[in-house]
Amino acid sequence: MFTLENLTKIYQHRGEEVHALDKITMEIVQGSFVVVTGGSGSGKTTLLLTLGGIIHPTSGSLRVKGASLYDYSSNQLAAYRNRTVGFVLQTFNLVPYLTALENVMIPMLLNRDLEEEPQNRAANLLDQLGLSSRQHFLPRELSIGQQQRVAIARALANDPDVILADEPTGNLDPKLSLEILRILKDLNQKESRTIIMVTHSPAAVEFGTKTFRLDQGRLVA
Amino acid sequence: MNSKFSFTTVIWREIWQRKSRLISGLLTITLGIAVIIGIESVTSVSKEVVKKKLDLLGANILVLPQATSVDDYYSADIDAPTFPEEYVERIATSMLPGVDNLSPKLSRRIKVSGYPIVLTGIMPSNELASKPIWQASGLMAADLKLACATSSNPSDTTRLDPSLKRATIDSLAATDVWVGSMVAERLKLATGGGVTLEGKKFKVAHVLPETGTVDDNRIFAHLHSVQQLLGTGSQTSAIEIMGCCSAISDGLLGKLRNILPDTRIITINSIVNTQIETNKLMSKVSLILLVIIVVVGSIAIGNYMWANVEERRKEIGTLITIGFTRGRIYRLFLTKSLILGLVGGTLGYVLGTLAAMVLGPQLAGLTISPIPIYLLWSLIVASTIALVGSWYPVYRAARLDPALIMQET
Repeated sequence: MFTLENLTKIYQHRGEEVHALDKITMEIVQGSFVVVTGGSGSGKTTLLLTLGGIIHPTSGSLRVKGASLYDYSSNQLAAYRNRTVGFVLQTFNLVPYLTALENVMIPMLLNRDLEEEPQNRAANLLDQLGLSSRQHFLPRELSIGQQQRVAIARALANDPDVILADEPTGNLDPKLSLEILRILKDLNQKESRTIIMVTHSPAAVEFGTKTFRLDQGRLVA
Repeated sequence: MNSKFSFTTVIWREIWQRKSRLISGLLTITLGIAVIIGIESVTSVSKEVVKKKLDLLGANILVLPQATSVDDYYSADIDAPTFPEEYVERIATSMLPGVDNLSPKLSRRIKVSGYPIVLTGIMPSNELASKPIWQASGLMAADLKLACATSSNPSDTTRLDPSLKRATIDSLAATDVWVGSMVAERLKLATGGGVTLEGKKFKVAHVLPETGTVDDNRIFAHLHSVQQLLGTGSQTSAIEIMGCCSAISDGLLGKLRNILPDTRIITINSIVNTQIETNKLMSKVSLILLVIIVVVGSIAIGNYMWANVEERRKEIGTLITIGFTRGRIYRLFLTKSLILGLVGGTLGYVLGTLAAMVLGPQLAGLTISPIPIYLLWSLIVASTIALVGSWYPVYRAARLDPALIMQET
């Protein structure tokens, strides 16, 4: 699915170079559940956003199903983010003035190839995640666990092959964390979606089929 | 509602879900535009009032025969050589912009009861307007006032000190005269009385107020009566013109000289200069106020939009992750700015106009009417300010590293 070769991302910080990613080479197989671990500043989120077509690498190559991702035009990259990958973030990042249903429908606004009626699809996704009675609630009216489930539903809106999850349980208590991890596991096992999850939680590591560890931008395990 | 979920829905939801911010943003735009419209409405009317008052100082251009010597504007027409009365029609039919209140004159010194006076034949304005040739060319009295827009309403003239105004006589019978104050005093003439001029009896229709000029020593009669009395035929010795001051500065005198090449055309420099300078000053003051308010308004609106965009940085990062291009993010934010600009512009126009209409008469004695074209200007200015004010913060936010934005809590 993803082939990374010497992927490097260098930031300039106060005149000094910071290697967020340092010659990362790895292969991520379609249908795997990859867990990326590492301490703060190790480059986990940078790697995830690079895989998501958001951060352009400084050098190296990143191929998705054989195509060089960063040779895409900006519109192609936007379409990639919209349809091939779905993001689940630590802080949920729901649009605060839209209902749960509308939050799930936002990515569908950009997808003209969607066969299913957007509102029905969004309602079905929320139903699958146990939120059928919360469709018309605003994010502030939902619990933290419910907000993260809405975020997962939004990530699934356009039926992506890959879910990119950045510390999805970082703001949740252990019980809710387990609930979210099970949902992601189900998406991987039952729907064969590739899951790439960045986490520093030891418990979360157990859900992965493959684990990578980063330290100061380098792949150490 | 959800079945029609679209980008427009997203914009409206954002606007309505944040009502307090919406009100504060709209209030900023509305008040900014209201101040601009209020001041502009008052200034616009003030400029017209000042212009009218300046025009009421009287005629400021004098057309004389070429051979006339000019020592004093007010007495230049006395005993001057003459030219054909037809020259009046030439000016009127030329339709020169800025020509107002043409007044042909024929003046001669005569003695009345042994006392020397100046007999001046004038053409009352109602006869000027009804001349067949002017009607044939589509000219009416009102057309002559287009450029200066001096009101023909007599009540307007009451604001001016009568002594400063050189009388425009609306109607005058063939046997009536208007008498200058000094003549009336010396000859003991009063309104309703009679006076004999060159052997013919006239009725004193009006005694003019003192002006401090040679006019006080004049008796005004109908031009055709004076022509007949003096045996000059259809000749005049001068044409007084009330020229619009801006038209004078735009070369009206040169255009008049082209029409009447064998005449001498002079102006009262003091009046013309005052008119031009005052109008220029009013225009400058108006422009300065407009610039200050637009700049201050832009900063206030820009500040609001900046705060709004800053507040939504995380949202921008989120939208990028779900596939929004930067162009679409611009459209999302700038459409909102445009909506706020249009609504704020309309409300500002209404509020500013109402404020000017209510406060104008109370504070400045000015009657102010709505100026519809200002609605268009309000919409343009408010939308431009809102778009410019929000463009840079949106541009900046759309180019920030999404990784940094999304990690903000």
